[in-house]
Amino acid sequence: MGTTKDILSPFLVWKQFFRKPVTIKEPLKRQGADRYRGFHINDIQECIGCGTCESICENQAIDLVAVAGIDTKSGDSGLRPKVDYGRCCWCALCVDVCTTGSLKLTNVFTWVDTDPDQFRYIPGVDAKPWDNATKGYKKAASLELYPLERIPMQHLHPEERHDSFIEIIKGFSKEEALREADRCVACGICTATCPAHMGIPEYIKAIREDNVEEGLRIMYETNPLPEICGRICTHKCETVCSVGHRGDPLSIRWLKRYLADQVPASAYASVLKSDSIEKNNRKVAIIGAGPAGLSAAYYLGMMGYQITVFEKLSAAGGMMRFGIPEYRLPYDQIDKDINYILSLGVEIKYGVSVGKDITLEQLEKEYDAVFAATGLHDGRSTRIPGTNHSGVYQSIELLRKITLGEPIEVAEKIVVIGGGNVAMDITRSLARMQRQKYGKVQLIATSLETEDIMPADREEVVEAREEGAIIYPGWGPREIIVENDRIKGLKVVQCLSVFDEQKRFSPKFDESNENFFEADMVVESIGQGANLSYIPASYFEQLEKDHRGRVLVDTLTFQTKLPWLFMGGDIIEGPDVIHGIANGHKAAKGIDQYLNANREEKQ
Amino acid sequence: MNKQGVFSLEGDRSKYPQPGADGKPEIDLSSHKYMKMWQGPNHPGITGNMSVELTVCADEVVEAKTHVGYLHRGFEKLMERRKYIQNFPLVCRIAVPEPDYNELNYATAIEKLTGIEVPEKGLWLRTLVAEMARLQGYLMWLGGMAGAVGFGTVGQWSNYLRDLILDRFEELTGARIYHIYILPGGVRNDLPEGFADRMEANLKEIEGFMKDINRVLFNNYVYKKRTVGIGYIDPAWIYPYGIVGPNARAAGSKNDVRKDSPYVKYPELDFGVNTATDSDIYTRSVLRYNELLTDVDLIRQILSKMPKEGDFIAKLPNMMNLTIPAGETYVRSECTRGEYGYYMVSDGSGYPRRVNVRGPSYTHAVALLEKMLVNANIADVAQIMVSLHTYPPEIER
Ligand code: SF4
Ligand code: SF4
Ligand code: SF4
Repeated sequence: MGTTKDILSPFLVWKQFFRKPVTIKEPLKRQGADRYRGFHINDIQECIGCGTCESICENQAIDLVAVAGIDTKSGDSGLRPKVDYGRCCWCALCVDVCTTGSLKLTNVFTWVDTDPDQFRYIPGVDAKPWDNATKGYKKAASLELYPLERIPMQHLHPEERHDSFIEIIKGFSKEEALREADRCVACGICTATCPAHMGIPEYIKAIREDNVEEGLRIMYETNPLPEICGRICTHKCETVCSVGHRGDPLSIRWLKRYLADQVPASAYASVLKSDSIEKNNRKVAIIGAGPAGLSAAYYLGMMGYQITVFEKLSAAGGMMRFGIPEYRLPYDQIDKDINYILSLGVEIKYGVSVGKDITLEQLEKEYDAVFAATGLHDGRSTRIPGTNHSGVYQSIELLRKITLGEPIEVAEKIVVIGGGNVAMDITRSLARMQRQKYGKVQLIATSLETEDIMPADREEVVEAREEGAIIYPGWGPREIIVENDRIKGLKVVQCLSVFDEQKRFSPKFDESNENFFEADMVVESIGQGANLSYIPASYFEQLEKDHRGRVLVDTLTFQTKLPWLFMGGDIIEGPDVIHGIANGHKAAKGIDQYLNANREEKQ
Repeated sequence: MNKQGVFSLEGDRSKYPQPGADGKPEIDLSSHKYMKMWQGPNHPGITGNMSVELTVCADEVVEAKTHVGYLHRGFEKLMERRKYIQNFPLVCRIAVPEPDYNELNYATAIEKLTGIEVPEKGLWLRTLVAEMARLQGYLMWLGGMAGAVGFGTVGQWSNYLRDLILDRFEELTGARIYHIYILPGGVRNDLPEGFADRMEANLKEIEGFMKDINRVLFNNYVYKKRTVGIGYIDPAWIYPYGIVGPNARAAGSKNDVRKDSPYVKYPELDFGVNTATDSDIYTRSVLRYNELLTDVDLIRQILSKMPKEGDFIAKLPNMMNLTIPAGETYVRSECTRGEYGYYMVSDGSGYPRRVNVRGPSYTHAVALLEKMLVNANIADVAQIMVSLHTYPPEIER
C-alpha cells in the first residue's frame, strides 16, 4: 500500500472524460420495452365482466363496475374492471388470469395529471392516450394460471352400449372430480345463466374441499333433482362458463352428478335437515309429477305444506322418466331424487287425470292453492300426406311405451323426422332395439336444420352416429309414400334455410332437389304441444294469454290471473327440465307468499 | 481487533470506560465524556431506511445500536392473508434491489410442497435472472462503496452499468425493479428475440468499465488508506454471528449455497468460489469485484448453454384455488449477500400459515455491525456499514 502505482493508477482512466453522457434527456418520451408492464387496456367487447381479474388482484386495485351501454346478458355480467392506480403495482397477474384474454398492459408508463381521480379509470371505456398502443405485456401462450383442458369423462364405447339401455356415462371418480373442480375460477357467470341460479361455484368449491354433504346442501337450495340434472340437464351454464372462452368449459353437469352420486339416499334427510320440518295444515294440489311439479312439491314440503300431486301416469317424473331414455337417465337415479321428495310427506296420486277423474273446480275447493305443471305431452305432426298411416308414430308416445315396457313396433327400416334432443332420443332408442331384433341398424334421422344449427346437443348427434344411425340434416319432409297400404319411405326436398331474417320460423326449400329415404316405419319428432283441456272454459277465459294463445303468468310467482292457480314448467317456459325446476321453486315461493298474505287477511 | 494496526485509537483503552460484567462499558452520559450521534435514517452514509445510534467518545465509537422500523411493511404477516399466487407481488418487495431471490425461493418452496416440476428451460431462465440480479446488485453496491469513501464518480459509472442490466430485465420480465418473473412451475416468458446479443454488448461494456474501476478504486492510495485493515471480521465470528456470503468468504469461508446445495442449473456451470482471508473492507470489496467478474462469465455460460426451445413453465393447477398439504420446507439460495432462505409452513389451506424470510442483512446489519462499530472511528462508520452490503427492507419483512 502507498506505492507510487497506487497514486498514479487512478489517472489512467482519463479517457472517461471523452465519453458521451448516458443520461436520458427526455424521460417522459422514453419507450418502455416491448413487454413492459405499463397501463391497462381492455377489449371491452371481448371482456365478459367475470371479475377473475378482480379476485386475483392482491392490491384490490380492480373493481368491477357497471358501464353505460353494456347490458347484463347471459354470459356477460355487464360489468367491466375499473383500475385504481393508487393501488395497482403492475404485476399483471390480472392479465395472466383474464378468462377471455381481453385485458392487457401497454408499454406506456408515464402519465402526468393533476387530478387524482383520473387515476381510477375503466380501461377500454375511459379514453386514454395509450388505448391504441400495440406493445406491452401480454400473457405468454404457454402460461396458464388454471388448466384449460377438461378432465375427460369415462363412458361406454359404442360397441359396449349400442344394443342395450345401460347408462353410457360412468361418472367422475373422486380424483377426476377434484381435478375438474379445480379448474373453476369461481366467477359465478354460470349461476346467472342457470335458470335455477344454482350456486355452482359454491358446490364446486365443496367438491374441492371434499365436502360432498355441503355440496348436496348447496344444490338442494335451488334444485331438488340433482341426480337427474346431473345427467340430462341442458347445461346452459357450461355454454357461458368463462373458462370456456379460451379453453374447455367446466363439466358443471358431471360435477353435479358426482356430488349427488356420493351421498347415499339414506343420508339425505339428516344432511338436508328434512327430519325437522314444522308442518302446517294448509294444502296445495299439484298437477303433474314432472320436474316443475316435483320441485314445487319439494320446496312447499320443506315449508311445511301438505302436498298432493296428481299424476296421470303410473309413475312420477314426467318427461324425465317417460321422455328420456334409460341409457341417459337410469330409472333408479330418478327414483333416488323422487323418493327423497316423497319422504317429506308429499303424496302422489298416480293414474289420476285432472279434468277426467277429478275436476279443477274440485281441487280449487279442496285445496288452498293449485300448481299446474302438466308439460307438453302431445306430439306435433308434420301433417304431410301419409301421416295418418298406422306405421307413422309420434316419438313421444313411443318413448313413453318404452319406459312402461309396452311393446312397440320396431321395423327393419325406420326414418325419424326431427333434429332436436327428443328426435335423437327416439333415434338412439330405436337403433338399439333394431340391433337387438335384427342385429343391425337401418335408421335415418332427418331434420330441416343443417348440422351446424341442429337443435340437438352435439354429443347426441355424434353418439347417434356411433350407434349406427344415419343423420341427414337439411331436408324438409314432403310426403310419406304409401303403396298397397305399406309405407315405402319418406320423400324430402332440400331445405335452404329455416329462419327468415327476423329469425322467425319460415323454411325455404329447393323443390328441385329431392331425396327419398326408404322405410317401413316413420317417427315424427318435431316438437310437443300442451293439452290444457283440464282447465274449464270459464276459467281459461280469465287467464291472460299472449298472441299465440300461451298462458301468461307472473314471472316471479308464476301466479295466473286466477289467484289460487299457479302454472309453470314446459307449458309456460322451456321446454327443459331445469326451467321446470326453477319455475317450481319460484311458484312454491309464490304460493307461500299468496297463502301467507291470505291468512293475514283472514285473521 | 484491528489487524494491521492502521486504526490508531485501538491501543490505549485506559481513558475509556472499562467493560462491566456484561462485557459492555457503563456509559454515563451526564459525565459529558460521551455523545450520542445518529447515523441515519436521513444520511447519505446509511444503506437505506435504517439508522445507527452511535455513542461516541471523542471520535471513537464506544457503542452502536442499529435501529430499524422505518420501513416496516409486515410482508410476512400479510402473506398469511393472501393466496399463494397473490404473494408474488409481495415477495419481490422484501429485498428491493434483488427481488429475484425472493421470487425464486418462494416459488421453489411452493414447488417443493406441491410437487410442481419446473421444465428445463424454466430452470435455465431462473439461473439467468439469479445471476443478472447478482450482477446488478454488486454494481449497485460498488457505487455505494465508492460513494462511502467519497468516490461519487464510480457510483455514477456503476449505476449506469446497472441500468444496462435493468434494461435487460425490463425486456425480459416487463419491469426494471419488481420483476415478478418467476412463478411456481417456471417463469412467465421466454427470452425476447436478440436478447443474448444485447446482453453480450452490455457485458463487454461492463468489463471495460471494470478495468477502469479497478484502476481508480482498488489501486488507489486513498481508497486503500480508508479500507485496508478497517472493518475486520474475525473468522471466529462466522458461526456465532451467522455471517454468510462475501462477508464470510473474505474471512476465509468457502460457503456458497450455489456450491453447497446446488439449485437450478448451477451444477452445469463452471465457476469457482471466490475467497480471501484478510477480512477487512478492502478485501471484501475486491472479493465482490471478483464475483462481479465471475457473474459476467456465468451469464455468458448460461446464455450459451440454455436450450433455445422448450417449455419455460409447467402446466399448472388452478393457482386461484391452490391449497398446499400441511407441511414445511426451508429453501435457500445464494444472493449477493449470502444465504437467502425462505422457511414456509403450510396448514393445508390456500394460504401460507407462516413464511419466514432469512435474509443475511438481519444478522449483518444488526448484531455484526453493532459489534464491528465498537472502537471504530466515526469517519469509518459509513464504509464499514456499506462493506457489509445490507438491505434494510430485507431486515423488516
Ligand atoms: S396489475 Fe396487478 S396490481 Fe395492478 S390491477 Fe392487475 S393484478 Fe392488480
Ligand atoms: S378477467 Fe378478463 S374477462 Fe374477466 S372481467 Fe377481468 S378483464 Fe374482463
Ligand atoms: S363453472 Fe365456469 S362460469 Fe361457473 S364459476 Fe366456475 S369458472 Fe365461472
